[in-house]
Amino acid sequence: MNLLQHIGRYTLLVMKVFDRPEKHRMYYKRLLRELGVLGINSIGIVAIISFFMGAVITIQTAYNTENPLYPAYLIGLAARDSILLEFSSTIVALILAGKVGSNIASEIGTMKVTEQIDALEIMGVNSAGYIILPKIVALIIFAPFLSILSMLIGIFGGWIAGVSVGVVTTADYVYGIQYAFIPYYITYSLIKSVIFAFIITSVSSYHGYYTSGGALEVGRSSTLAVVHSSVVILLFNLILTQLLLS
Amino acid sequence: MIEVRHITKSFAGQKVLDDVSTIFDQGKTNLIIGRSGSGKTVLLKCIVGLLEADGGEVLYGGQCFTAMSGNDRKKIRQKFGMLFQGAALFDSLSVEENVKFNLDMFTVMSDHEKRERVDFCLRRVNLENKNHLYPSELSGGMKKRAAIARAIVMNPRYLFCDEPNSGLDPETAIMIDRLIKEITEEFNMTTIINTHDINSVLAIGEKVIFIHNGKKWWEGTKEEILEDENPELNNFVFAARAIKKMKKFEDI
Ligand SMILES: Nc1ncnc2c1ncn2[C@@H]1O[C@H](COP(=O)(O)OP(=O)(O)OP(=O)(O)O)[C@@H](O)[C@H]1O
Ligand SMILES: [Mg+2]
Repeated sequence: MNLLQHIGRYTLLVMKVFDRPEKHRMYYKRLLRELGVLGINSIGIVAIISFFMGAVITIQTAYNTENPLYPAYLIGLAARDSILLEFSSTIVALILAGKVGSNIASEIGTMKVTEQIDALEIMGVNSAGYIILPKIVALIIFAPFLSILSMLIGIFGGWIAGVSVGVVTTADYVYGIQYAFIPYYITYSLIKSVIFAFIITSVSSYHGYYTSGGALEVGRSSTLAVVHSSVVILLFNLILTQLLLS
Repeated sequence: MIEVRHITKSFAGQKVLDDVSTIFDQGKTNLIIGRSGSGKTVLLKCIVGLLEADGGEVLYGGQCFTAMSGNDRKKIRQKFGMLFQGAALFDSLSVEENVKFNLDMFTVMSDHEKRERVDFCLRRVNLENKNHLYPSELSGGMKKRAAIARAIVMNPRYLFCDEPNSGLDPETAIMIDRLIKEITEEFNMTTIINTHDINSVLAIGEKVIFIHNGKKWWEGTKEEILEDENPELNNFVFAARAIKKMKKFEDI
């Protein structure tokens, strides 16, 4: 299948996903489950990575601005802006594409090859809607939260690392992260995180839903899900940056 | 009643079904028999619309299912019950939740009524008190029985069973056959069963269709099947019964 055919089939699937639910309560139950599986279970990895990335960004900025001509608050400022603009949305989305994307594709792929999706269809249930919609909604709800969490922990990690390595004082760092603060950067980041959440869940579900064969193909779908959602995220990152920041 | 007209289906140029036409009667257990790989599952999937046939049509009570829109199909499918060859239980749900799924999705029953109905169905397949186990904790035969309970929970108008008793011990197999026949008569369902178990054929084969080389090779009742002279049919039927004959021979 070529790219255009994939895009066509993906679009049809997304349309099927947004068909009217048979019974809202059943979808809601499923949503609660997905909030746990996709959202809450991702807090840990986002927190750890944000902490260390915040730390590394701060230390690297410090060593690159050792020239006494640069003001000391520059370190906090630079760390803040890299975290807000790119890290908390794009990098977190790429990490989630790995964790959540492979989870979604292998779950749906297994349901496909063991005929559980056929069983839903035979019952008269819109299988795409029932399985995929709660996943998309769950991650869209949760992604902004993960993004804000990542900002806070990243900036905190930068402070801890910067101070303990001795490249910046607490006063300079705190001054830096407040200096010339543009609140729109947070909005920008949250908008991106929501769109990335949609990309991760829908692209991965697509790969799971059209798995055919057996366990081997489920593994393949899961890899493809991660690779394709990452590429699409990077592409949209470029487009959104141009649209939202220019 | 389900009518199948001139169904043809190929995979990658290889013909699996070749112009199959027949009628499955209401209130009867209709059996599709044939060797492994003869196309029984493909035929059943074409009938329920999980596979699109290359040609031909399927009619439910005179309505052409093949030409229906997605939403009309969904409505008819709510009257379906289907047992898949691999059971296809939802593995994120317990046995009870699996059986209850249709009730949750399509009825307004109270929790109490649902529980009663679920327990009733589980009792009929000898799975009482297994409500809270998950599919991964069941044996192959138990999965199959749970899947049967799920298929019959809504008293479907049309029941499709793909190898309902493969992987079961002979006693349970007979029990399942009887159960399917009983509910078919009780609720006047149209039941189609795929099987290669000749014991089932002789027990519940009110109407039997023999698929061979992708064609409907023979059609008749369980009484006629033993009398018939058709060589391929005889090979199929007596391959299994030969063992019994040998046993009898040894006993003498
Ligand atoms: N999705 C598919 N793609 C390609 N070929 C298929 C597909 N499904 C079935 N076939 C082929 O169709 C033929 C019939 O398969 P089918 O599953 O209907 O056999 P069966 O009669 O149900 O056998 P069994 O008794 O072993 O279940 C086989 O040769 C199989 O290889
Ligand atoms: Mg089969």
